[in-house]
Amino acid sequence: MREFRDAARVQALIQKIAPLADELAAAFGRPIQIMEVCGGHTHAIFRYGFAQLLPHSIEFIHGPGCPVCVLPVKVIDEAIAISAKADTILTTFGDPMRVPGTSQSLLQAKAHGADIRVVYSPLDALTIATKNPHKQVVFLAIGFDTTMPSTALTLTTAKAQGINNFSVLCHHIRLMPTLEALLAGGDIQLDGFIGPGHVSMVIGTDAYQPVAKVHHKPLVVAGFEPVDFLLALYQLLIQLKEGRCETENAYARVVNHRGNLTALAAMDSVFDYGEDCQWRGLGWVENSGVRIKPDFSAFDASKHFSPSAEPGIQQEPCYCQQVLKGQRKPNQCPLFAKHCKPEHPLGALMVSSEGACAAYYQYLPDKETGIHG
Amino acid sequence: MCLGVPAQIVEIVDPEQALAIGQSGGIQRQFSLALIQSQGLDLKSLIGTWVIVHVGFAMAVIDEAQALDDLALLASMQEEADDA
Ligand code: SF4
Repeated sequence: MREFRDAARVQALIQKIAPLADELAAAFGRPIQIMEVCGGHTHAIFRYGFAQLLPHSIEFIHGPGCPVCVLPVKVIDEAIAISAKADTILTTFGDPMRVPGTSQSLLQAKAHGADIRVVYSPLDALTIATKNPHKQVVFLAIGFDTTMPSTALTLTTAKAQGINNFSVLCHHIRLMPTLEALLAGGDIQLDGFIGPGHVSMVIGTDAYQPVAKVHHKPLVVAGFEPVDFLLALYQLLIQLKEGRCETENAYARVVNHRGNLTALAAMDSVFDYGEDCQWRGLGWVENSGVRIKPDFSAFDASKHFSPSAEPGIQQEPCYCQQVLKGQRKPNQCPLFAKHCKPEHPLGALMVSSEGACAAYYQYLPDKETGIHG
Repeated sequence: MCLGVPAQIVEIVDPEQALAIGQSGGIQRQFSLALIQSQGLDLKSLIGTWVIVHVGFAMAVIDEAQALDDLALLASMQEEADDA
């Protein structure tokens, strides 16, 4: 797949995009505003230097698509409380380890002696459970629709194998309700979306119909190689030029219109949808959460370990919410790079490499000092 | 967090659990094929196929013919750009 990184192709696409973007911006009387939904794309924009290579007539608004960045303080506190119980192993992906909780992060709790283990796959957490039959193994499950089928299949496997010392603390977030809430909020000006490639391989491009049909915004699904991203951007600009507003797929080698039916069926058999949930920076989002079905309640950690009733104190600076909603750029936050850095994150957007603040910090060196990541 | 990596399936290690070994950027990794498995499919037929792997599961088969089509489209765009 080296072809999708090829410098000549990247150049050719930029040559096509630049005049088109300038023309549109002149017609609109302002820069075109494109939201890349996925944190992976936010990272790619900086990593491949698109922020510099593309003309100023395109502005990227970094979307909410980083499940680590929206993870509430309460979830971290809950997971730490579980890990403090006797004979309990808490497992999770590496991503949430540094997210600040009310008093500490999972990484700090681990340093203080809690048995917290990073796993690559939920199946690895299940293996830890089979190897430690006298301990309770809890998997903190986070992530968008991309990751949900894996959790679902792991739960199905646990049930089929009768593994009774394994459970899941489920904090998945569904993309479409999140996107719809953002559009319904109406407080951001947007011309179109670059759709998330890997969420789309699960849910399919048909799932985005409401974005075009109800909210009248064009959306083009993109892959993660530089050429993939630019091709999607080009298609999006063509739609804007032609006054069209459709869902298109610029990542057809991986994504189809129906999604992965086996994965969707696995999710449907394990999760109930329609849960209103509160997320960091986004607030309450209708329908965005999922619950483990009663059939699987033996594997639902929220049933075994009654989470602390105290809500986590949301000590996040108010700027984070504005950045998360695209109303403020990370370097317009007065705390950025001064008090808030990847080593001392004050907000989750500085934690995950896909968070907009961390991406700015890593790839856009300070003009005066020339330092950062 | 949603990132997936392309991998080429080289071996089926446990057909019952649909576990395979794949090669990705010179690294060998075990992952599950359970989420791309359709009924009656012989897993062995997937050897050599490229897939996108996310948290230990193959989530999509990469359609190579489609990839070639995309590249052909890009090549024609590139020519246009060179002519311009
Ligand atoms: S720099 Fe830190 S405090 Fe400011 S918006 Fe980003 S994460 Fe929040």
